[in-house]
Amino acid sequence: MKTTNDNGGDVRLTQISKSYGGFTAVHPLDLTVPQGSFFALLGASGCGKTTTLRMIAGLEEPSHGTVHLGDQDVTHLPPYKRPVNTVFQSYALFPHLDIFENVAFGLRRRGIKSVRKQVEEMLDLVQLGEQARKKPHQLSGGQQQRVAVARALINHPKVLLLDEPLGALDLKLRRQMQLELKRIQTEVGITFIHVTHDQEEAMTMADTVAVMNAGRVEQLGSPADLYENPKTTFVANFLGTSNLIEAEVDTSSGDEIVLKAGGGKLSLPRARCSAPATTGGKMLVGVRPEKISLTHADDAGEIPESRNRITGRITDSSFIGVSTQYVIDSPACPEFEVYAQNIDRDARLAPGAEVVLHWNPAHTFGLDAAQDIDAGVETVAEEAA
Amino acid sequence: MAFVNWLKRHLVVIAGLLTLGYLLLPNIVVTVFSFNKPKGRFNYQWQEFSTDAWKDPCGVADMCGSLGLSLQIALWATLGATALGTMIAFALVRYRFRARGTINSLIFLPMAMPEVVMAASLLTLFLNMGAQLGFWTILIAHIMFCLSFVVVAVKARVMSMDPRLEQAAQDLYAGPFQTFVRVTLPIAAPGIAAGALLAFALSFDDFIITNFNAGSTVTFPMFVWGAAQRGTPVQINVIGTAMSIIAVLFVVAGMVISNRRARQKA
Amino acid sequence: MAAVTQAPAPPAPAAPRQKPPRKRGRLTPYWLLLPGILWLVVFFALPMIYQASTSVQTGSLEEGYKVTWHFVTYWDALSEYWPQFVRSVLYAASATILCLLLGYPLAYLLAFRAGRWRNLLLVLVIAPFFTSFLIRTLAWKTILADGGPLVGALNALHVLDVTSWLGWTSGDRVLATPLAVVCGLTYNFLPFMILPLYTSLERIDPRLHEAAGDLYAKPVTTFRKVTFPLSMPGVVSGTLLTFIPAAGDYVNADLLGSTDTRMVGNVIQTQFLRILDYPTAAALSFILMAAILAMVTVYIRRSGTEDLV
Repeated sequence: MKTTNDNGGDVRLTQISKSYGGFTAVHPLDLTVPQGSFFALLGASGCGKTTTLRMIAGLEEPSHGTVHLGDQDVTHLPPYKRPVNTVFQSYALFPHLDIFENVAFGLRRRGIKSVRKQVEEMLDLVQLGEQARKKPHQLSGGQQQRVAVARALINHPKVLLLDEPLGALDLKLRRQMQLELKRIQTEVGITFIHVTHDQEEAMTMADTVAVMNAGRVEQLGSPADLYENPKTTFVANFLGTSNLIEAEVDTSSGDEIVLKAGGGKLSLPRARCSAPATTGGKMLVGVRPEKISLTHADDAGEIPESRNRITGRITDSSFIGVSTQYVIDSPACPEFEVYAQNIDRDARLAPGAEVVLHWNPAHTFGLDAAQDIDAGVETVAEEAA
Repeated sequence: MAFVNWLKRHLVVIAGLLTLGYLLLPNIVVTVFSFNKPKGRFNYQWQEFSTDAWKDPCGVADMCGSLGLSLQIALWATLGATALGTMIAFALVRYRFRARGTINSLIFLPMAMPEVVMAASLLTLFLNMGAQLGFWTILIAHIMFCLSFVVVAVKARVMSMDPRLEQAAQDLYAGPFQTFVRVTLPIAAPGIAAGALLAFALSFDDFIITNFNAGSTVTFPMFVWGAAQRGTPVQINVIGTAMSIIAVLFVVAGMVISNRRARQKA
Repeated sequence: MAAVTQAPAPPAPAAPRQKPPRKRGRLTPYWLLLPGILWLVVFFALPMIYQASTSVQTGSLEEGYKVTWHFVTYWDALSEYWPQFVRSVLYAASATILCLLLGYPLAYLLAFRAGRWRNLLLVLVIAPFFTSFLIRTLAWKTILADGGPLVGALNALHVLDVTSWLGWTSGDRVLATPLAVVCGLTYNFLPFMILPLYTSLERIDPRLHEAAGDLYAKPVTTFRKVTFPLSMPGVVSGTLLTFIPAAGDYVNADLLGSTDTRMVGNVIQTQFLRILDYPTAAALSFILMAAILAMVTVYIRRSGTEDLV
């Protein structure tokens, strides 16, 4: 990340909240996005991420709290007086203006007379120089998306806000535009705040991701940190897949917590536990499917003692190419998921086979058992539908 | 058997085209009879071919004057109804306010009311106020009954407009006035134009409401009505034919332009 | 790095505000509504009240009228003019049914079968509108003229014998009979039926027809079970747009009919503009309005389409 003394692009939200009538879309929240970072607000629809973005843009007035850009309080500034621009969901390109005039719109409104050179340079940057005189509906989705970015960036905003900017594109184009946007952000060095419901998109592009749920930020951190060390069941389930097991604390000493689950014992590093560990207390233990190794029960003796292990039976397996995904019924968890790389395939690992699952205890994480174990699961399914 | 099958498959097409013929027959008659040279005062029976009426379309006393008056009233009524109706449509779509239900029915009722009822009741009002019947009372009446149709046309367009477009304009440094002039108005324009066109057609062709509230002023439909009692000059058919030709030319021109645009797109 | 803290439940007092939040024009809608609504109140709603008041007045043109709550006017008007009322409803209903029967195939043709001819056909449907409707109605006088080719053909086919027996025509005439009036009404309001029908048919996905066929429905069944139910909004608004103006019309009855085909519109017009019996005319007009509003309300409730507006 760039370090700069100019903090004019810092976005600082202080105790900001928004309610409509009795419904609270965003609970009071403090958030600082430093100058030059690529920040993602990730969550399912209705989690308050877009409302937060719109409050920064000035399109929504917060019920409480303040919005600062650098040292300037912009809470009560209308959108047309804020040095912030937005790439809207489905782009909101003006249908009655051609591409050139769409891009020139912001410059002209600020009374800049000679816009030709700037607009042409900007259109070249997004590789649309040829299309200047076409109307938006004559462009493909990806081209429209680039016009929307150009139209916002040409104003040199202190912050660029992106509201589901890739939502309307097909998968392949979306991958391409993710890299493209990342490249542009690195080039111009402007703070980007990106709202999305697509966890892969957020993790690919952003330096920092804030996972939002029901109007609150569940967890904030780098993509790898969020994935490897989720602090809530929602984050564990919403970002990728997690196997969560209900367990009871057996002993808790030093850096290691030992838990009882499904008749066996599991070890968990204290640093990776976000719940209080009192002996006899309940806890949720999690592990990602790709961290787990699968060994046929006949070979159980070869597994090193130090590893966490669980026994079970394969109920389903599907071959995906790079990996094979297994579903395993075990006393600890009826639908344990395991992704195994297809390096050396053991032909005995077919549905019905008795197996032992084992993994490095360092990949285990512990969560507060008071939470809903399925939080974030359905939302992913709905989003995909 | 093959013929019966063909008939079965194309029954809808045949029935539809017959209806279209029913719709177009009077227009054909009007056009043909604009070349008639009737004996007597009424132009209901074919006598012989003549282009006399086409050579002298204004050769009937007062007819072209009434035509001019109708155009003038239609123009002003369109302006008035479009301005007022557009304002109402925007208020209905964009804002929350009290008494929305009452206002909606006030707009719906004029469209669901037989013209003769509106005409008669408006006349009672004018008589009670002692208003002088004429140009102004006609104009007032026309704006009244065109208003609702403009509201419906503009409302449909404004409702289908993406509110994000206006937010995008604000985000790009356009204040409320600039946003309205540069974005809202141009995008709502087709709806406003449709409403205005409808208002013009309704006002220009209105007979019943005008008949009640015109006093001794004679618009073109009233002239035709009077002629139906006294004697129908061929020139009426000339005007009727010319109107439909002009209108069809406008429509065809519009279609050619939109076709060309579509081809540019490809 | 970025930092976040989650606040406890009750929102802490925010930083002092420099200025109150913008008020986004609370009064704007009222200013936008005011001129147009005022216009409708003064020139549409108020006249209705004036008319109601006139209908219970007595007096004469010379001495002026006074409200005397003379409800007998209604009774007198109804007992004298009930045939015209009945005729209005009958003629308007016949015209509406005819419009539906004639208009549906054309709307269907436009929506599903016209292909590249669709725009041309639409222009042909709308084109007649641009010639003054009075001129076009007068053309029917030529088409239905006594001894004309159409009447001659109907006579030769003995169709007129049947219609005369039914009381729709008289002798070998069509003009100046109920048939001519209904024919004129049907013609005049047919586009008001076709356009709503077309709009609702055009919205139907043609794949629904294929799906119905795939699921063992014969074409007739597909129409009965899929197409027609889906076009109901168009049928409802089309019938309303046809029936209401037809019931109040007096132009067709006057130009194509005779004294035996007078409708309530003719009576109101004569009372108001020739006989100058304002109370009777106002009462008749009020009854017509009430009757139509009542019928329309019941009809809309029955057909379950209340989102017409």
